[in-house]
Amino acid sequence: MSAIYILWLRELKRYTRSRSQMIASLGQPLLYLLVLGFGLGPVFKRAGAGNYLQFVAPGVIGMSVLFTSIFSGLGILWDRQFGFLKETLVAPVPRIEIMIGRTLGGATVAVMQGLLVTVVCLLAGFRPANFLAVPIALGFMVMIAVLFAALGMAIGSGLQDMQGFQLIMNFLVMPIYFLSGALFPLTGLPVALSYVTKADPLTYGIDGMRSALLGQSAFDPRLDFAVLAVVGCLLLALGAYRFKKIEV
Amino acid sequence: MIHVQNLVKSFGAFTAVNDVSFDVAEGEIFAFLGPNGAGKTTTIKMLTTLLQPTSGNIRLDGLDPLTHQNDARQRFGIVFQDPSLDSELTAKENMEIHGVLYHVPHKARKQRTEELLKLFELWDRRDEQVKKFSGGMKRRLEIARGFLHTPRILFLDEPTLGLDPQSRNQLWTHVKMLNETERVTVFLTTHYMDEADRVAHRIGVIDHGKLVAQGTPKEIKTSTGSETLEDAFLKLTGSTIRDESADPAAMMRQFSKMWGGGRR
Repeated sequence: MSAIYILWLRELKRYTRSRSQMIASLGQPLLYLLVLGFGLGPVFKRAGAGNYLQFVAPGVIGMSVLFTSIFSGLGILWDRQFGFLKETLVAPVPRIEIMIGRTLGGATVAVMQGLLVTVVCLLAGFRPANFLAVPIALGFMVMIAVLFAALGMAIGSGLQDMQGFQLIMNFLVMPIYFLSGALFPLTGLPVALSYVTKADPLTYGIDGMRSALLGQSAFDPRLDFAVLAVVGCLLLALGAYRFKKIEV
Repeated sequence: MIHVQNLVKSFGAFTAVNDVSFDVAEGEIFAFLGPNGAGKTTTIKMLTTLLQPTSGNIRLDGLDPLTHQNDARQRFGIVFQDPSLDSELTAKENMEIHGVLYHVPHKARKQRTEELLKLFELWDRRDEQVKKFSGGMKRRLEIARGFLHTPRILFLDEPTLGLDPQSRNQLWTHVKMLNETERVTVFLTTHYMDEADRVAHRIGVIDHGKLVAQGTPKEIKTSTGSETLEDAFLKLTGSTIRDESADPAAMMRQFSKMWGGGRR
């Protein structure tokens, strides 16, 4: 247990210590929020779909949680390159504990980043329809964070160097984001796209947050919850398995 | 303390370690020497449970590291060839993580961290991030960390690589002292023959995966009719140069040094 705690704490310390990183990673969400929020706003309104800034804010929050958590999982690659991974792998601690500590640490950091972006959204004019449902939105944020931290861990365990990194960014992380319905409503999509969005776990996370914060959603929030829970558990198991197989 | 019998490790058709046997007694300092690519690091990896042997037997303090992995790990400390510190954290935090991972009780952890950091002259800078440390300081911290859980065996894989003579000298003085006061067995590899001659009680020379000589520095010198250990080493292993192909991890580290990049 104490091993899980200390590795969790390590992730937190690394996060709070890299202030510049924290600020830098606000840049992208801000861009999406302000440029798309205000840029597409008029068109969105004319289409009778309401306020686009309100609509896109949960998507942008979800995006920052996705990015932070998946990169924290991939951080294992940095640890491999800069040596710290070996220190944990020869320690007399079951690997599963090391994996759990790291994953929870990464997920916690991602939730903190998500909360930071939430504050930015509030400053930009985003107003949740129902403040009482904010804890539910937070719950969905946590689920997104754990799920993608585990996915990052599963992928990071198999990566040997930085070359694979760009590949994952372009062919996994960005598609997960763009196909999640973070930026557009899921109703009335072409059939093919609608299937793809339904296969993306982030879709359910953002839909869950939207239902809590705005009271509007494409699916039943209970379905969102169930999908995230099942996929999250599967990815945790996969991450643990892949982490166990690491050889240095 | 360390018992190795008919140890073999093959990677496909290539046999990195070929039927190696040796014993290291308790409290001994054993230097494992060999040219690049001779099988030193592969042997250390097998001894420290990071790699599974193809065949052969290993006993660490009587334990088989394959079946009693965590018990065996608890009994040794290791300083790797490449750095393994978290450079975003402070010296003290690096020690603390190690202490927790090795189940050192809180009080003992604090006390021993202080003792070791003072011994290795890092106590004044304990709250500084490791990334601000010089190469020599990082090495000292890694060795101090390796001693934290009072291991019975300490593995040092080329610990003095890239250090100036002052740091090297000081490092070995400390290691020798701890070897005497705590009776810790030391298994080391190095390319500096003078170090091995000065520090080690016994030496094993490995080449092309095979152990080609074993004995005290004096025995090895006499048996080859050499003045210095360096001459003896060259006689035993020949003077052709071995080129190791750079592995991706080493290339990556070099890249990061060049650009100062990398988030971690």
